[in-house]
Amino acid sequence: MTALRAWLTDPNPASRRQARLGQAWLAWQRIQRNRLAMAGLVIVGILLVVAALAPLIAPHDPLVQDLSRRLLPPGTPGNLLGTDDFGRDILSRIIYGARITLYIIVLVAVTAPVLGLLIGTVAGYFGGWIDATLMRLTDIFLAFPRLILALALVAVMGPGIENAVLAIALTAWPPYARVARAETLTVRSSDYIAAIRLQGASAPRIIAGHVVPMCLPSVIIRVTLDMAGVILIAAGLGFLGLGVQPPTPEWGLMISSGRKYLFEQWWVATMPGLAILIVSLGFNLLGDGLRDVLDPRSTSR
Amino acid sequence: MTSIPAPPQRNRVLPLVKQILLGLGTLAITLLGLLLITFVIARVVPTDPVLSIVGERATEAQIAAIREKLGLDLPLWQQFVIYVWDAVRGDLGNSIKTGAPVAAEIARYFPATLELATLGTIFGTLVGVPAGVLAATRPGSIADQIVRVVGLLGYSMPVFWLGLIGLLVFYGQLDWVSGPGRLDPTYDMMMEFTLTSYTGMILIDSALNGAWDVFGNAVSHIILPAGLLGYVSMAYISRMTRSFMMNELGQEYITTARVKGMPEWRVIWVHAMKNVLVPLITVIALSYAYLLEGSVLTETIFAWPGLGSYITDALFSADMPAVLGGTVVVGVAFVTLNMLSDILYRLVDPRARA
Repeated sequence: MTALRAWLTDPNPASRRQARLGQAWLAWQRIQRNRLAMAGLVIVGILLVVAALAPLIAPHDPLVQDLSRRLLPPGTPGNLLGTDDFGRDILSRIIYGARITLYIIVLVAVTAPVLGLLIGTVAGYFGGWIDATLMRLTDIFLAFPRLILALALVAVMGPGIENAVLAIALTAWPPYARVARAETLTVRSSDYIAAIRLQGASAPRIIAGHVVPMCLPSVIIRVTLDMAGVILIAAGLGFLGLGVQPPTPEWGLMISSGRKYLFEQWWVATMPGLAILIVSLGFNLLGDGLRDVLDPRSTSR
Repeated sequence: MTSIPAPPQRNRVLPLVKQILLGLGTLAITLLGLLLITFVIARVVPTDPVLSIVGERATEAQIAAIREKLGLDLPLWQQFVIYVWDAVRGDLGNSIKTGAPVAAEIARYFPATLELATLGTIFGTLVGVPAGVLAATRPGSIADQIVRVVGLLGYSMPVFWLGLIGLLVFYGQLDWVSGPGRLDPTYDMMMEFTLTSYTGMILIDSALNGAWDVFGNAVSHIILPAGLLGYVSMAYISRMTRSFMMNELGQEYITTARVKGMPEWRVIWVHAMKNVLVPLITVIALSYAYLLEGSVLTETIFAWPGLGSYITDALFSADMPAVLGGTVVVGVAFVTLNMLSDILYRLVDPRARA
């Protein structure tokens, strides 16, 4: 253990890998000291575990209805968080809902940043009219309120989880394009890019191999911070009935079905909302912490 | 004796005019792009607008006639030009559900949203700015932690869920406020038939009419949704205020002011605040624009007859002209607010004018 630590903190790393791992280890040390960020990491970790092991953890089948046991309050033996209007166990539905949430997050997290990186790096690298056109396009998309654009897109494409993801991704890329362009502008004129260009590397190769990696840290921070927003928009679409369709246990949809019973059986709408709150809080805390640690320009360090 | 040539006068007006013209040009392009997006969305709608008018059994000739009447036989770019020209003149098409012009319907719904979002922003600013300043002056203290956590919770809260909880607690349990809607039904009738409408915003109209009972009822209805929206915008405003203020307090002119023996409240609220205000204007404008949007879900919860309710209702009756019209209006409001904050920014900060 001590040998490993000595190897990681060696001021004269022997290989590039050692230097990188050493950097990562130092960053990890800094995150560890940030208690709020650790809390966020724990929450995100729990989400991953719960989603992966849903069938093992959930006490009941999330879809099986039992009308003799409908609208039971929290604390009922066998139904820790109570049951909904079809007698389905709310805890089990929240546990399975974690899978839907994770599915949406992952799909958006792999599509929107890629699109944004592509547009941002191309704009920043080439400059001139390409830059002007692409950035104007970005600004136009930024000018659209996200939720409303997503609503309009889903309205056209029809409700459903894939369309909801597509709509969210189409509204989520502009900030990434902005971040990527800013990073590209700072590295574009550096010597190492000039050196590669003199070696005859093509523009796509330079962008993909040498510009994109420089943009990744800021983009990753942005992704983490953005995930909370994605969860909220997905839940909003679900709540309006435009996302995942029943009987799938999606958290936003569960809140909407509990709305009818709000004043008598408050738990039906409240519990899934708490789940959304906790998970999106987790991503916010983690993203905040990551930014403090990784972003040298952050002032709150 | 040769006359000394006058030193070249730097024209001070020209840059500002140029900037404003540039800004207007950007605004125009952005709005054009906005319309292009909604135009594209409208064209890819799977439902054929002609079929919904003539029905399934129409003859070829009838369909062709309607197509011509709607301008669908023209090339796409001509259709787009017509679409933009109509939009510029304030014609957003007719609602499929009611047949009435979308623009007129939106004009009726918009004041309710404006009233809600404005009040929300006022709440958010009144609480958020002092909270952010408090956190910035005592970094790491309990107060700072509380502001941070309360803010993060606001960021992480699904606003429709918060609305439901608010209704449950303050209306269902405590009965401190009135429930959904803008007014109780009795006052609604009064508003409709006996009072003059000036702005469409009930708080203002009832006050202008001197109908204080209506005003009181409207307050008891709006306070909860506006308070919740205010909380959401407070989360954003307090966080940004904190970071701006922290930044200013590290500057040397602050040290100078302190060394001179200036009272701390004056250092913070007069000297530092002046500089914090500049970026803060943008933040407040942004959060205002965001509330116009964020009200979509809040309005559904509170049965608030605003733009958000209009758009979602239209969504469910597959009334695309209404949905897209609403989208355009929110987009325009968004862009205009950004533009205004930009101009204000230049007015307040002399450095930005150069």
